[in-house]
Amino acid sequence: MVYYIGAFGLIIIGLYVLMVKRNLIKMIIGISLINTGLNLFLISVGFIKLGTAPIFSKPGLNPKIMVDPLPQAMVLTAIVISVATLAMALALAIRLYEHHGTLDMGKIKDQKW
Amino acid sequence: MKKIIAILFLLVLSYGIYLSINSIPFGVSKTKVGNYYNLNGVKDTGANNIVTAVVLNYRGFDTLGEVTVLFLAVLGFSTILFTMKKKKSDNMPTPPSLILSIGCKFLFPFVLLFGIYIFIHGHLSPGGGFQGGAVIASAFLLFYLVKPSEKSSKKSFQLIESLSGMAFIVIGILGLVFGNYFLSNFLPKGIAGKLISAGIIPLIYIFIGIKVGSELTGIIDRLMGKNNEKQVK
Amino acid sequence: MIYFTIILISIMLLCGIIAAISKDLLFAVIAAGMASFITAILFVFLQAPDVAMAEASIGAALVTALFVLALKKTKRSE
Repeated sequence: MVYYIGAFGLIIIGLYVLMVKRNLIKMIIGISLINTGLNLFLISVGFIKLGTAPIFSKPGLNPKIMVDPLPQAMVLTAIVISVATLAMALALAIRLYEHHGTLDMGKIKDQKW
Repeated sequence: MKKIIAILFLLVLSYGIYLSINSIPFGVSKTKVGNYYNLNGVKDTGANNIVTAVVLNYRGFDTLGEVTVLFLAVLGFSTILFTMKKKKSDNMPTPPSLILSIGCKFLFPFVLLFGIYIFIHGHLSPGGGFQGGAVIASAFLLFYLVKPSEKSSKKSFQLIESLSGMAFIVIGILGLVFGNYFLSNFLPKGIAGKLISAGIIPLIYIFIGIKVGSELTGIIDRLMGKNNEKQVK
Repeated sequence: MIYFTIILISIMLLCGIIAAISKDLLFAVIAAGMASFITAILFVFLQAPDVAMAEASIGAALVTALFVLALKKTKRSE
């Protein structure tokens, strides 16, 4: 239950950053916080009490008390996608900074492209 | 004012989240498909690591789409940064300190070897292509920290990346020829627990490791790439 | 064990709050990387070593390096 609170706490902090801050890099940090919280929530949904990791590393492991492998497989691919999309967002922020000389969204909006 | 409205909205939202996660129990088994994978995974695929079996065998087509998304994101990244202007401050970068340069030169081959170990043993122990590729990219990050003005060939990265991506699809089509469906496991499964087992799973994971490693290295290289242009000039 | 988990999660949330309110962007980036690394430790507690490995090498190392490199090309203060 503690894990749920931690995961949704991170998501709410990320949403706060996205709503209040105007700086582009700060907003990308908020997106990355939301990513982390969502991954933590998905993994903690698949957890089983007193369970073991879904790897048959030694003989004699009981497959009935292993944790759910499906959320782990999905989160594994989601983490790798998130780094590529974050890199693309950072590239857009760098180009906007070169073009306008500022990272503030409120100032960028007024100027013509 | 804006902050107060945002905090009020988030308080309402967190009360709704609290009501909804009360109905999700923590720590009990919820899905039947996860149970099926745990009970029959080794028999079906021959891989000891069930997560690897799900990623590459049960949901291999999903992984192909994910690798495509990764490729498109990196392509968009390099397109956006294609015509970078140079910064006005044209001072030379300070050379790295002695401890950093010696330490990174010493660590670089070991980190590279560790990454290769991770994605070769992906079907036996925790790890796999994605993690191994990330470790390889961090090894190259150390290398670029030591020599920021090193000229790297972007062509060779792109070539390696495209070839390994193509090899993934070729293995899938071979599964269509020799087996029944796309990405079917047509090689013998062997004894679970040996290094050469589980059919096509280690092969695909090796290609994914090379692909992810070269893509992430390309991102780091492009972001650090200011000094290369200066040398050309 | 449960108390240790609670302490770790409160440190993680504290790092998130520091990343949200700090005016210095480099400080915020490092705090977000620390929250990501604590998440990797929590993944080990939740019996997911694969995901923990990916999160520690990608979320804590590579993403932080990308942010720092991007801050070098833009400016540091908000």
